[in-house]
Amino acid sequence: MTGAPLIEVEDLKLDLDDGSRRVAAAEGVSFRIDRGETFGLVGESGCGKSITALALIGLLRPPLSIGGGVIRFEGQAIQHLSAARQRELRGNRIAMIFQEPMTALNPVSPVGRQIAEMFVLHKGKSWREANRLAVEALASVRVPAPERRVHDYPHQLSGGMRQRVMIAIALACGPDLLIADEPTTALDVTVQAEIIDLMAELCAAKGTAILMISHDLGLVANMCKRVAVMYAGRIVEAQPAEAIFAKPQHPYTQGLVDSLPRLGERARRGQQRLREIAGVVPSIQSYPPGCRFNPRCPRATDICLSVPPEIAALPADGLVRCHHHG
Amino acid sequence: MAEPLLSLDDLAVHFKVGSALAGGVHTLKAVDGVTLDVKAGECLGLVGESGCGKSTLALAIMALIAPTRGHIVLDGRDLQQRQRLETARTVQMVFQDPYASLNPRQTVRRTLADPLRIHGVSDKAEVEARVADMLARVGLRPEHADRYPHEFSGGQRQRIGIARALILKPKLVICDEPVSALDVSIRAQIINLLLELKDEMGLAYIMISHDLGVVEHVSDRVAVMYLGRIVEQGHWQEIFEDPRHPYTRALIAAIPDPFHRAAVSARAKAKGEIASALNPPPGCHFHPRCPLKADICVSQDPPLEAIAAGHRAACHFRDRTG
Repeated sequence: MTGAPLIEVEDLKLDLDDGSRRVAAAEGVSFRIDRGETFGLVGESGCGKSITALALIGLLRPPLSIGGGVIRFEGQAIQHLSAARQRELRGNRIAMIFQEPMTALNPVSPVGRQIAEMFVLHKGKSWREANRLAVEALASVRVPAPERRVHDYPHQLSGGMRQRVMIAIALACGPDLLIADEPTTALDVTVQAEIIDLMAELCAAKGTAILMISHDLGLVANMCKRVAVMYAGRIVEAQPAEAIFAKPQHPYTQGLVDSLPRLGERARRGQQRLREIAGVVPSIQSYPPGCRFNPRCPRATDICLSVPPEIAALPADGLVRCHHHG
Repeated sequence: MAEPLLSLDDLAVHFKVGSALAGGVHTLKAVDGVTLDVKAGECLGLVGESGCGKSTLALAIMALIAPTRGHIVLDGRDLQQRQRLETARTVQMVFQDPYASLNPRQTVRRTLADPLRIHGVSDKAEVEARVADMLARVGLRPEHADRYPHEFSGGQRQRIGIARALILKPKLVICDEPVSALDVSIRAQIINLLLELKDEMGLAYIMISHDLGVVEHVSDRVAVMYLGRIVEQGHWQEIFEDPRHPYTRALIAAIPDPFHRAAVSARAKAKGEIASALNPPPGCHFHPRCPLKADICVSQDPPLEAIAAGHRAACHFRDRTG
């Protein structure tokens, strides 16, 4: 292995204070992302993927808090940095794109100013210089007529254009890591394809690593080199993207891969009943003991009901958390 | 050939927007000349991006919006000559958001029993029996009847939404994005349920979805809509394996495809975003985004013409493949 990873998360635990008690919204979360690498975090709503991202960028706020573990950025622990130090990192070295660009952008400020602000805050530029750079940044995300668009307010732009503005803001300072939390869920499919291509291309050109968070396994596997799957607050499997589709090891991942109708499948095999994952996603307050997937798992045995499975290593730096994996 | 269950003839729904005092009144052509059939027992997939008019089309078929032009013939009679209640017994709808589309203050029993009472089933024992039967069909237990919507998970709520749509034994059900609000691991359950019920009860579906994987899996025929018009329609296999409209190809190319299984290459992707229906581009509405654009596309609106029996596309270059 060459050098320290860009970001390394070790045994991270995130607590949720629900008024009467603290429950672990995520625990035992460990992964690392190398420089320039694309890493995907997949899971359903409530599995803890978004709060993991917020912890990385130092935006976790009560009732959520870090309950344990380490987040290292370039080898240095960052989870307990002062607010001022965190601000230096955030936006500058680690940037984030959110799901809904309309709520993430400031509605009463022209988009050009929101981009220029990045250069003023993090790079010490004058506003005049920053405004010029903002036009360039908009051009780089292929917004037509950027010199006019910088004066527009978010409501004057379409959803796809707003997400381009978000990307321009996020990449303005040339961050080392871009966290994209469901960046295209609010967009139409053809626009989604354009935005994903744009993001991947710009990051590859600048050597920016991407942490892509999504519920869409296909989207993530298409874009990322390695993929981790989260279920009920734990990473249950991590593998290179091709392997996760071709040889998923955890019953949950296998269920996800099998349950979704994929293009071309019907022509080859006819209209077959989809494989279902039984049951429902558990809520944070009622995670089952033992393996949290056990009530829905076709392979569950006695041990799964009482003993949480340990992490088992897989080839190519992969891992799986299951008593009966394979 | 048997009479289609639903037949749309040059259907248009236009809205007046704006005011004469502020910028003038404009016409928004949400649905603009749609001709379409749905046969009994078949599933028609309806795809297109937000703003293309698919939901307005659904509301017009439900008789919840009056068409500006054209006709809707449902089960042999013009929609305008049908009574509201009679239409409701023939066509029902399953909505996208099972959290917003159930009355939070009504028990499941009431949600399912009310339609029966409104439609003249007065015998209590019969109402009770039909509610219990419907709950069993959608995979819920009898004791669920006395619970309220908040006590259920998203997938279970969608089962209740399906039960409500089917309790009157309709012939046609419009499913508007029935799984897109659900957790990924729950979607297969609901898709399987919808297909089972279709066979059991002999239902026809209009399946509105932006998820082409789902549409390919469930549909017998597929219609693709863009800015108020049908741009391509055909048998599901023709649409997915030999798409002739560049927009259909763009939709297929946009699906993440880790195994490269789609019959369309990534080069077919569309540029830019859907135009406003208030001010659609002249000629072919798709031309600003189209990789095949030529002069004729700007000046002439391509008609929806046949390529093969039942397969039609509205493109000047519909004979080009790939």
